[in-house]
Amino acid sequence: MLATALIVFREMLEAGLVVGVVLAATRGVRRRGAWAALGVAAGVAGAGVVAALADRLAALAQGTGQELFNAAVLTLAVVMLAWHNTWMAKHGREIADRASRLGAAVAAGERPLIVVSVICGVALLREGAEVVLFLYGIAVSGRTGTNTMVVGGAIGLLGGALVSTLLYLGLTAVPVRKLFAVTSTLITLLAAGLAAQAVAFVQQSGYLEVWTSTAWDSSRWLPEDGLPGRVLHALVGYTDRPSGAQIVVYLAVLLVIAGLTRVVRSRVLGAAGRAAA
Amino acid sequence: MRGVRPKRMGTAVAVPLVAWMLAVGTVRGDDLTVVAVTIRDHRFGPSEIHVPAGRPARLDITNQDPTAEEFDSPALKVEKVIAGGKSGSVRIRPLERGRYPFVGEYHEDTAKGEVVAD
Repeated sequence: MLATALIVFREMLEAGLVVGVVLAATRGVRRRGAWAALGVAAGVAGAGVVAALADRLAALAQGTGQELFNAAVLTLAVVMLAWHNTWMAKHGREIADRASRLGAAVAAGERPLIVVSVICGVALLREGAEVVLFLYGIAVSGRTGTNTMVVGGAIGLLGGALVSTLLYLGLTAVPVRKLFAVTSTLITLLAAGLAAQAVAFVQQSGYLEVWTSTAWDSSRWLPEDGLPGRVLHALVGYTDRPSGAQIVVYLAVLLVIAGLTRVVRSRVLGAAGRAAA
Repeated sequence: MRGVRPKRMGTAVAVPLVAWMLAVGTVRGDDLTVVAVTIRDHRFGPSEIHVPAGRPARLDITNQDPTAEEFDSPALKVEKVIAGGKSGSVRIRPLERGRYPFVGEYHEDTAKGEVVAD
């Protein structure tokens, strides 16, 4: 049962961290909890579908369907996070102002909140599908009882939710005015990390056979499959044996999102300055 | 400009990506070393897999168990789920000489092995 819980927890850790960061980043935006919950529910449902279709998915694109699907899902998450960050750069100041003045949530236009749903959904989709396959395997093999599966799975899921909550609480301890700077940085790193993971899947499928060799190996000091390594992997994209292409894409995404965010922010500040004058 | 940028960004990324994948897809799969591997009772056979160093290779893995397994190896930079009773291929990038451990993530206590590049 402990082994089951541990495996489920490991898969859920990454999703939990993403959800925690996104919830903290949208603090003060009205109804973001409902949008996040919608995304989580859709992600879980999608995970069931992906798991059920796993072998058909794998057979696509000359047997590289699974890799390309994972890469596509991760890329979607990167684009959504980039969008989210530029949107927050535009509205974050206004939200922080009102939230600290009124101590209340702000309705800041509903449209971009679908982004929150998509990010949460995508986070659960990929890892969730692996959990479903794993638990289904236990159920089918019948060696360990159903109780083991249910209890172990539940403990693992709760563990993921706990991590999510802890990270959220930790981030909300940051004063509102600084919170956006912190979450903006976190989301940029998160997106770069997911992009690097997408590259790994594309390289695994054999479509990107340049810079495939390992750039460094820090697996002895900070193994990626240990708990600290996993948390860093999920949050900032730590990889103990990155390929050259992963590093290039990581840095490129970092620069692009930071650049976009900065441009939007300076435009907003410029407009505010003109309005004041 | 509100709401336009992400769409453009998506198109700007997707179109060249797909075009290039189609182009690369046609030249893939040349002179590979192919090794057949089976998963049975949550064990890999063979568990020590030899591939030539500096050349790409492919593992054709057949899962004879009724349950899914995830071939997982940070050393090889591979994560691949193989459904129960199904098979799947894992591409191995050109490796330097050495030993590269892997596990079946769902049954780590028994499902483990190494790719040896020599």
